[in-house]
Amino acid sequence: MSDRPTRRERYERARRRRSVAIATVSTIVVVGASIVLIPLTPGWDRVRQAFFDGDVFLDTFPGLLGAFWLDVKILLWSTPFILAVSLLIALARNTRSPALFPLRAFAVIYTDVLRGIPVILLVFLIGFGVPALGLSRTWANPLIWGSVTLVLSYSAYTAEIIRAGIEAVHESQRAGARSLGMTSSQTMRTIVLPQAFRKIVPPLMNTFVSLQKDVALVSLIGPVEILRQAGIDKATYANFTPYVAASLIFLALTIPCTRLADWALARQRARTGATTIA
Amino acid sequence: MRRSTALRRIIPVIAVGALVLAACGSDDDASGSADGTLAPTDTGSGDTAPTDTDPGDTDSGAGDCSSTIDDGVLTIATGEPAFYPWVIDDAPESGEGFEAALALAVAAEMGYEGDAVVWTRTTFDEAIQPGAKSFDMNLQQYTITPERAENIDFSLPYFTSNQAIVALVGSSAEGATTIADLKDVKFGAQVGTTSLAFITDVIQPTQEPFVYDDNVGAKAALEANQIDAAVFDLPTALFVSGVEIEGSAVVGQFPADAGGTTDQFGFVLEKDSALTACVDAAITTLTDNGELDAITQEWLSDFTGAPVITVE
Repeated sequence: MSDRPTRRERYERARRRRSVAIATVSTIVVVGASIVLIPLTPGWDRVRQAFFDGDVFLDTFPGLLGAFWLDVKILLWSTPFILAVSLLIALARNTRSPALFPLRAFAVIYTDVLRGIPVILLVFLIGFGVPALGLSRTWANPLIWGSVTLVLSYSAYTAEIIRAGIEAVHESQRAGARSLGMTSSQTMRTIVLPQAFRKIVPPLMNTFVSLQKDVALVSLIGPVEILRQAGIDKATYANFTPYVAASLIFLALTIPCTRLADWALARQRARTGATTIA
Repeated sequence: MRRSTALRRIIPVIAVGALVLAACGSDDDASGSADGTLAPTDTGSGDTAPTDTDPGDTDSGAGDCSSTIDDGVLTIATGEPAFYPWVIDDAPESGEGFEAALALAVAAEMGYEGDAVVWTRTTFDEAIQPGAKSFDMNLQQYTITPERAENIDFSLPYFTSNQAIVALVGSSAEGATTIADLKDVKFGAQVGTTSLAFITDVIQPTQEPFVYDDNVGAKAALEANQIDAAVFDLPTALFVSGVEIEGSAVVGQFPADAGGTTDQFGFVLEKDSALTACVDAAITTLTDNGELDAITQEWLSDFTGAPVITVE
């Protein structure tokens, strides 16, 4: 093998250079135009004052960051429950015994109903409704019922993702496992689910990113997390800068997660051998 | 091979980064100079101290009453819905309710009566967002604060309210006579109200208060046993306890000198609105001729009585 690049390599390198040049120029044009043109709009001074006030940003940012910790906590304790409940629902929906029809029907109703109601309404209905039945102060805590709502709603979504993953595993895999003498549950546990989960990592990450933002809905029933803190600060200063600050804090969590999801997707594509067509 | 792929990915990122940095730099410069030029205007209009209206302004302001968003018509905004006792039956056009009656009286002073007054509805956010406003003046119990006055104009105050506590009968807040009695109470309040600031700044309870979008949320939380007590301005507190929440009572009101923000309500107008001086002049006239007192008596006299909680 000689070190001299082949004609093909030279050609590909030239194409790459051209792509880089075009990407760079178009990026500079788009970003540059935005930076030059937006401040020329008549309302820019007013918008900058209302949305990008440096003093308000500095005053409110530490408090927002502290409030965001509550979002992270809700996210962390809700996620395992969501995965567990959604797996149970997906498995229930996948049972094949005629005797288990009521279980399948329950799983269908669960996903249909809980996926069909906007999370914001569920938060109000469950967050205020269940404690009003006469629970003690400890159990009436809106953090509990807000988290329960998230688990109910998101497990309905996630169950459908898992079900799709299970159904995407070719029937021959089950047939092969059963013909080797595995029981139905062994087949599901050791043959179907591992393949299914590998297929659904990207949509699961997607749902996780969505959950990170919907955690803020728990604030509607009382707890002061970042969205609520931003609302309080906004009203205090009559200025929207706290919302911009809160958005940045959310992005600091969601962007790494979306990048991770993209990476998982790319890895899966590479493994399944699909080629990328530009 | 690998390296050049990585490079290809990185170059646009670097380009964007450089541009953003450049933008931040120029932005800083711009805001610096803008602050410099804006500062004199700010102090000139005296927005942070709404009570400073010199007579000269009032005169010229009275002549300025014509610069409304729609020619010959004064557009007044209130909340959606507007709450009792500020507006009766959510129908401000009728002039029934304290704020409805007051707004019509101010409008009349400004020279707008009958068909020349148009009502509209906004949220709090709409009232403070940048850009053209959908109203000439907005009243929905906006408390005048210096921070808010940086972004919007306030009229002179038309009402001063005390904060008051509503609790369910039998709650731990019942029978409180001093703020010390309230330290262990779990409080709730509406977001963006001075009631919330009053809880955190003056009462300083040991448990963090819960916060709701509106009074309805605070009411639901009281009924769901999630909070012991909620703080409202006194007229709202008396209405909430008397009409809206069964089994609740006003535990007490705090004296005006209890600390925190003095709850003075004012009209909200667009920042540097030409109408602000004109509205101020109308409120001054109504105060001086006793009409403001008469309107307050007529609509809020049932909403001022409650035991006083001392601050010690």
